[in-house]
Amino acid sequence: MSAAFLLEQLLNGVQFGVMLFLMSAGLTLVFGVMGLINLAHGSLYMVGAFVCAWVAGATGSFWLGLPAGLIAAAAAGAAVEVLVMRRLYDRDHLDQVLATFSLILIFSEGTRWIFGNQPLYLNIPPLLSGVIPLPGDGGYPLYRVAIIAVGIVVAIGLYLLISRTRLGMQIRAGEADREMIGALGVDIKTLYTVVFALGAMLAGAAGALVGALQSVQVGMGESVLILAFVVIVIGGIGSIKGALVAALLVGLVDTLGRAFLPRLLTLVMPASDAGTTGSALASMAIYLVMAAILAWRPKGLFPAHG
Amino acid sequence: MTLRKILLGAAAATTLALVSGAASAEGTKIGMITTLSGSGAGLGIDVRDGFMLAVKQGGGKLGGKAVDVLIEDDAQAPDKAKQIAEKFVKKDEVKVMTGIIWSNLALAVVPGVLKDGVTYISTNAGPSQLAGEKCDPGYFNVAWQNDNLHEGTGKYVNDAGFKNVFLLAPNYPAGKDAIAGFQRYYKGGVAGSLFTKVGQTDYAAEIAAIRDAKPDAVYFFLPGGMGIAFMKQLQQAGLKVPVFGPAFSFDQDVLPAIGDAALGVKNASQWSKDLDNPANKAFVAAFQKEYGRLPSLYASQGYDAAHLIGSALKSTDPKDAKAFQAAVKKADFASVRGAFVFGPNNHPVQDIYVREVVKEGDVLTNKVIGVAFRNHQDAYVDLCKMQ
Repeated sequence: MSAAFLLEQLLNGVQFGVMLFLMSAGLTLVFGVMGLINLAHGSLYMVGAFVCAWVAGATGSFWLGLPAGLIAAAAAGAAVEVLVMRRLYDRDHLDQVLATFSLILIFSEGTRWIFGNQPLYLNIPPLLSGVIPLPGDGGYPLYRVAIIAVGIVVAIGLYLLISRTRLGMQIRAGEADREMIGALGVDIKTLYTVVFALGAMLAGAAGALVGALQSVQVGMGESVLILAFVVIVIGGIGSIKGALVAALLVGLVDTLGRAFLPRLLTLVMPASDAGTTGSALASMAIYLVMAAILAWRPKGLFPAHG
Repeated sequence: MTLRKILLGAAAATTLALVSGAASAEGTKIGMITTLSGSGAGLGIDVRDGFMLAVKQGGGKLGGKAVDVLIEDDAQAPDKAKQIAEKFVKKDEVKVMTGIIWSNLALAVVPGVLKDGVTYISTNAGPSQLAGEKCDPGYFNVAWQNDNLHEGTGKYVNDAGFKNVFLLAPNYPAGKDAIAGFQRYYKGGVAGSLFTKVGQTDYAAEIAAIRDAKPDAVYFFLPGGMGIAFMKQLQQAGLKVPVFGPAFSFDQDVLPAIGDAALGVKNASQWSKDLDNPANKAFVAAFQKEYGRLPSLYASQGYDAAHLIGSALKSTDPKDAKAFQAAVKKADFASVRGAFVFGPNNHPVQDIYVREVVKEGDVLTNKVIGVAFRNHQDAYVDLCKMQ
């Protein structure tokens, strides 16, 4: 094992964490501001990926596909908020779970109906297809570095948006006391639609960026949705800062677990058993971390409501 | 044409539809349980489309007998598949079933329906248990035993002289069977092996481990979207190492999504679109005409299953299970893969081909470049104590 290997795995962990942050930022905002559990967040991720892949395929340019994916996800988010979510704010969480679960089914089968069963092709743009050399004989894909950069920019942008702008002030006020800011004359309906569309756009961005790495197919949002929920629970529901820290933590724990647990176990058991046991343990690692953190801090690392 | 005539015509058409509906309800019922929703749906849809193409070509008949194919979606969930099977048996009184894609679903459903006197024709799943100690006179596999394509690739990689291969598979029974099957015929060294989470889509950590291990080749079994993600990421990481796999990761259902990263990859399969026999040529042309896409190996398996059932329906009725199963066992049909016979455990004895991913115009597809095995029999046949 070389230093380049360790560095490569650390970068992988950060890149995975950044992707999870894009996913969970919207989810935690929506939950924090509106008190809404949105299981269909993964579907918006899928919409971003499909529209990006489709436009990129039709025009031959990833750079046209990416904004198209963002706009489509934001538009789908706004439409969902106006048509469905508005009716759910006063209902309890179980009703929200039921309604948003049905949205998953509608989005999945609708996507299948429009785009067909076969996964779509989306590759990284030629501009970002290089490999950055690492010390030793390692290398790291430029595209993954770009994803890390996008994540940093989004994190800074969200911080500025929430702490420095009028919209951010309203969002923070909405988290603290919904009725009161309504009474103070803030158009809460529009605020909710904007927040929901913003969260959807971030999910769409994650989908479009990751779609170029993975396969763009129906159902791609579900597995990442579970991880996004793990992130917002660890980070403290409603907290963007918590989402960032927790996303990086989950990304690093998952990646380093996959990379090193099977190797570590070879010290105490035969190699063939270490492989299967190590990979089983690695897939549990983030849930063990979540359980430990919740035992220590039941409301997550950075609870938004004190 | 007057309005009266139109109305009359419409009435006649409705009556006709009703009559033909009634006629098909009297046909032999075939229960198809397959995966039509969720991320694994592509495989089930291809099996269904291949099967229904054969039914359509026969004008709603198989082997000259009217059939009524009942199709239900199992959503890749074993409990759901079991419920559907129960409904087929109790309510619809189905005597022939087919269609299951996933081995864990087949193991949940098949032993139960066999007890109810159903004949089961597997279009895809071929778990080792059903080929070995749990083999049954009512269970036939028209595709392969799970290990077969891995064995074929293992033989090819071994013969090609690779000495230090890295192995990668999902951490579930079929993944372990894959590695075992590969190593049954690959005798060289192992640079490292990793089991990944089922459904994993990011392989950055594994690719870094492969880079670190410096193998001379990589063997992987990652069906569906997992394989697409792995192949793309391997190419993006700039790792220039030859990769090998079973046909599942390089067939017509996933090739367009992998793109040029798949070019030149050798993979093993019991079928290929360019196999030179009349049945296959007719199948590929008809499938393309009917559905506007190239068939995958799953579609070929569905098509063969329909013709196998048809060959037995010609002279027997599934209500007489013994006679029907004896007729199925003869495998008296023109398989799209060429010669086809059942071994003693009702699994195919067949040729396994080595294919290479090539580009025909703009379309990525496979070309046969060699034969890994002639008349290959699975490794579990001796465990089967069936008379």
